[in-house]
Amino acid sequence: MARHEPWSAERATGIIAGHTHLEGATLPILHALQETFGYVDSGAVPLIADALNLSRAEVHGCITFYHDFRAHPAGRHEVKLCRAEACQAMGSDELHREILGRLGCGWHETTADGGATVEPVYCLGLCANGPAALVDGEPVAHLTADALEAALAEVRQ
Amino acid sequence: MSVTLYVPRDAVALGLGANKVARALFASAERRGLDVTIVRTGSRGLFWLEPMVEVGTPEGRVAYGPVTVKDVDALLDAGLATGGDHPLRLGDPEKIPYLARQQRLTFHRCGVVDPVSVDDYRTHGGYRGLEAALRLDAEGIVAAVRDSGLRGRGGAGFPAGIKWNTVMLAKADQKYVVCNADEGDSGTFADRMMMEGDPFNLIEGMTIAGMATGATRGYIYLRSEYPQAFATLKEAIANGVTAGVLGDNILGSGKSFHLEVRLGAGAYICGEETSLLESLEGKRGIVRAKPPIPALKGFLGKPTLVNNVMTFTAVPWILENGARAYADYGMGRSLGTLPIQLAGNVKHGGLIEMAFGITLRQVIEDFGGGTRSGRPVRAVQVGGPLGAYFPDHLLDTPLDYEAMAAKKGLVGHGGIVVFDDTVDMAAQARFAFEFCATESCGKCTPCRIGATRGVETMDKVIAGIRPEANLKLVEDLCEVMTDGSLCAMGGLTPMPVMSALTHFPEDFRRASDLPAAAE
Repeated sequence: MARHEPWSAERATGIIAGHTHLEGATLPILHALQETFGYVDSGAVPLIADALNLSRAEVHGCITFYHDFRAHPAGRHEVKLCRAEACQAMGSDELHREILGRLGCGWHETTADGGATVEPVYCLGLCANGPAALVDGEPVAHLTADALEAALAEVRQ
Repeated sequence: MSVTLYVPRDAVALGLGANKVARALFASAERRGLDVTIVRTGSRGLFWLEPMVEVGTPEGRVAYGPVTVKDVDALLDAGLATGGDHPLRLGDPEKIPYLARQQRLTFHRCGVVDPVSVDDYRTHGGYRGLEAALRLDAEGIVAAVRDSGLRGRGGAGFPAGIKWNTVMLAKADQKYVVCNADEGDSGTFADRMMMEGDPFNLIEGMTIAGMATGATRGYIYLRSEYPQAFATLKEAIANGVTAGVLGDNILGSGKSFHLEVRLGAGAYICGEETSLLESLEGKRGIVRAKPPIPALKGFLGKPTLVNNVMTFTAVPWILENGARAYADYGMGRSLGTLPIQLAGNVKHGGLIEMAFGITLRQVIEDFGGGTRSGRPVRAVQVGGPLGAYFPDHLLDTPLDYEAMAAKKGLVGHGGIVVFDDTVDMAAQARFAFEFCATESCGKCTPCRIGATRGVETMDKVIAGIRPEANLKLVEDLCEVMTDGSLCAMGGLTPMPVMSALTHFPEDFRRASDLPAAAE
């Protein structure tokens, strides 16, 4: 089952309208759009700009500043691998080479079957139990390549 | 008879299978006709023992850990429900030496209470600080914070009382209290633990700040890498409003404080307070030039008190127990306790709350129990990705803002990351530049361009290309970044780089030595 709905300007307009009462509504809107559609479609830019009385450049600039927001649909599942120092101290660099090799993709890329997109993150706060990952938002501590496969198999069910 | 089991829902515990353990405990108990209630707590921060399950007995709680699903039946067979004996039995969790020798003022409830229950929070002493604050006027609350000696725990160490006083005295139709919960430093997790394990401590601290400064609205700006903390905070805030400890007429005082949690979007720089405010306003998280300071012109141009999670969560204890009691902990001008986070390649990593003044060696050796790999410790990074790498001979430095600065290091957010002897310090120095290049907001040239040139130059050093000349260039770059950057991101990136170069010079000249050795 797909986790995300296909892009719909009408649906997006409704989501945006639900947030315009907030002070500094841009990030909550972008999160809500990405949660619904899996990415922030470029068609959302003028809709947000109109709703918040901002220039399109301001909205575009905001979307592109943050690592979280993506302009295109990602894989069905999201894997975030921690690359920060505490995980490095537990051999994360080598582990990541093994994981990316097994998945057959690079950072920010999606596996050939569209099953998973891999993103680097810098600290998940699991630093005493590294290496660490988030798989669809669920933490995995003491990560190994096999543990990641098991976690992915679990979310696929 | 009903039995209460406590199973953490802290992200580390979840990452080690706590949900599965909770489900297995429930199912196994049910098969035995045992009536159990499972309370999902935070973590006490003894992370090598997670998932650590506790059971309530007439003699107090008894802990078992680390518990896996396959241990569950054997544990119940051994009489887990009544604190029975088993190889995983740890006894009274508060008598475990790691915890017993700590000085937990801020974290004393974390791992103990149901994080989203106002009743449980109050049963364990919660809201006594706010009640004390409501008996004082604004000046009285600010005086308590000032006299406690509390300094911002986010890293900069600025005296909290001065900041609170500035916002209190500012005149405006609307003021704000903003919590910087963008804990992005590698090796730090105290904020996450607190927000997942005792969020009302943060909510109470921010509410007291609202009473002190006259701010009626507050925001917690939380990093998106902490989805569990986000869910817990939202639930706690909603429960707080229902219970009358948030919103209008708090505890019948006639005063109001409205709180909301906002999610960042994966940008380390938003831990810098002016970038954070820009982001909260819905813009790119680009640093603002100071002045004006946020205390006078902050969120939406209004006076705004910005403090870290650990700063706010120290406040309820101070108001309840008095400024003097807090100031009695610590050394020099670093008063109170520091939640230290021990991480990286270490056997017993976790949260250690101690008075300022404990040395790095005491933390690493007395609490850490050596490296997880079993190899010797070689380098220790203190204070996050912008903190210095210390070699063995600096490990007797006490954790104290001034003492650390004197050794060209920083306390930062209290994170300690241990590396064993397989670490390549040239690679770590290169990574510091790479991280800065990835996370720089781009506003000022020294940080934006300096970091990129730093990566390139370190690559040449690592490849053995004119190492001496290129290391000189690295030093020049670091000087420009230190002196010319607009904020701590560019200004402190030289700290890990230069400390690696100063204390581990042999790692920077390996490639160039190779041809010489071959001759």
